[in-house]
Parts: sequence; structure tokens; C-alpha cells
Amino acid sequence: MSLDRIPILKMGKFLLVSIQIDMSDQIALALQDDLTSRIADVGACGVLIDISALTMVDSFIGRTIANIAAMSSAMDAPTVLVGMQPAVAITVVELGVSLSGVRTALDVDRGMKLLERLMAERHTLEQA
Amino acid sequence: MSIVKRDTVAIRTESDVVRARQTVRVWAQDIGFTLVDTTKLVTAASELARNTYDHGGGGDMHLEVHDEGDRRGLRLVFVDQGPGIVDIDLAMRDGYTTGKGMGMGLGGSRRLVNEFEIESQPKVGTRVVITRWRS
Repeated sequence: MSLDRIPILKMGKFLLVSIQIDMSDQIALALQDDLTSRIADVGACGVLIDISALTMVDSFIGRTIANIAAMSSAMDAPTVLVGMQPAVAITVVELGVSLSGVRTALDVDRGMKLLERLMAERHTLEQA
Repeated sequence: MSIVKRDTVAIRTESDVVRARQTVRVWAQDIGFTLVDTTKLVTAASELARNTYDHGGGGDMHLEVHDEGDRRGLRLVFVDQGPGIVDIDLAMRDGYTTGKGMGMGLGGSRRLVNEFEIESQPKVGTRVVITRWRS
């Protein structure tokens, strides 16, 4: 239990997070704080969160993900959530956790393409 | 009906909540739950273990493997000596929260299991029993 922070990688204009551990509530909250500061620090245009290694999303983790998406979107850096396992998706819906405000993609590749498209659309709008 | 195996996990710290759900995963896999059934039980356990820690001031999770006729299931009992729940019907309602969560913990975890029982007495504590049978 020495790892108490989830690493955030910068890739071009985007931030990349891959959650590889079973997070305690504290680690989830730390990720929320770290991500919002990093978005501001680097002027990120988007965030990609890979949860393909997560075997469970309960209401607290679900809410933290929804919060991250809302905060990043308020800072003009949309979040895309990728890689949710089918069993996790089934359980999240039955539990009643709403991720309706969160953009999703099947895998990292598609998630990155979605972020690039969102950034391109915004540039077009700015130039118009 | 007989109990084939039992054990207890203490829930005293936040990392015990993680340990509790990891233990449930191992036990569910051992008795042959499908991945979806395992995920549902682990998620319900995570909600209830968090309640035990956050609202109950800590407590225990008892795990029991039950055989009943030709079916086998995993029963989890969460016990705390915390302040208790004054209005259980209200606490079970989706969206109702006194804490930092979404208010989906109790109502949501009931939907993820086959059997759900809750007993609570103000100033005495709370006991929640959930069971999921192997499908």
C-alpha cells in the first residue's frame, strides 16, 4: 500500500490517467485534486481516464469520476472515460450510479480520437 | 442449511474497506461465481463496508459460505456499534445521503444481491446481512 497517488501523464495537449489499482476513497479524492491542478498547470485540452483494469466501480468511485468529468469540463478540458469492463458496466447501472454526464469510449485509441475531434471542433468554433 | 466456511474481516480504517472487498472477490471466485455475480457482490460489499467505516465508526464484516439444498451462496454480515439509523426507510431511498456519497449505497446494494436484511437501533448499532446465491 505504498502507492497512494495515481500517476498523471501528459501527452501533447492531453492528460492521461490509467487506474491500475483498487483505489481507497482517499486515493480517488487525491486523483480528483491532482487532476484539476494539473489541468490548470499545463493548460490541458482534455483528459483521458482508462479504467480497463478496474474490477469494480461503486457509488463513491462513480461519483468521483463524474466529479472529475464535471470539473474538467468546467475548465474547458473534456474528460473521456475508456475501457469499462462489461461486468462493471452492468453493475454500475444496476447500482443506480449515473455517469450520464461523462463522455465514454471503448478503448484508449478511440478515446484519444474523440479528444482530438473535440479539440478540432473547438478550434473551428473559435475561428468562425 | 449449513455453513461450510466462515471468517471475519475487521473494518477499522479506510484501507480495510479495500481489503474487505478484495476478500469478498477471492471467496466469490473460490465458490464459482460468474464474473458478473462476483462484481455485483463485491460492489455491494464495498458500499456496506464503507457505511460500516464512515457511519458506524468501524466494525466487522463476517463472511459465510452457505449450502442450502443443492445451492451454494455467500453471505456477508456487516456489524457496527455506531449511532444507528433512525429512519431505515429513508436511508434505503435512492439519493438520500448524510455523508459524502451519492446516496446509492443501501438501496443500490440491495439491488445487487438476492437477499438483504437490515436491523438498526439508534445508539446501539447497525447490522446488514446480504446473500448472493451461485447462479
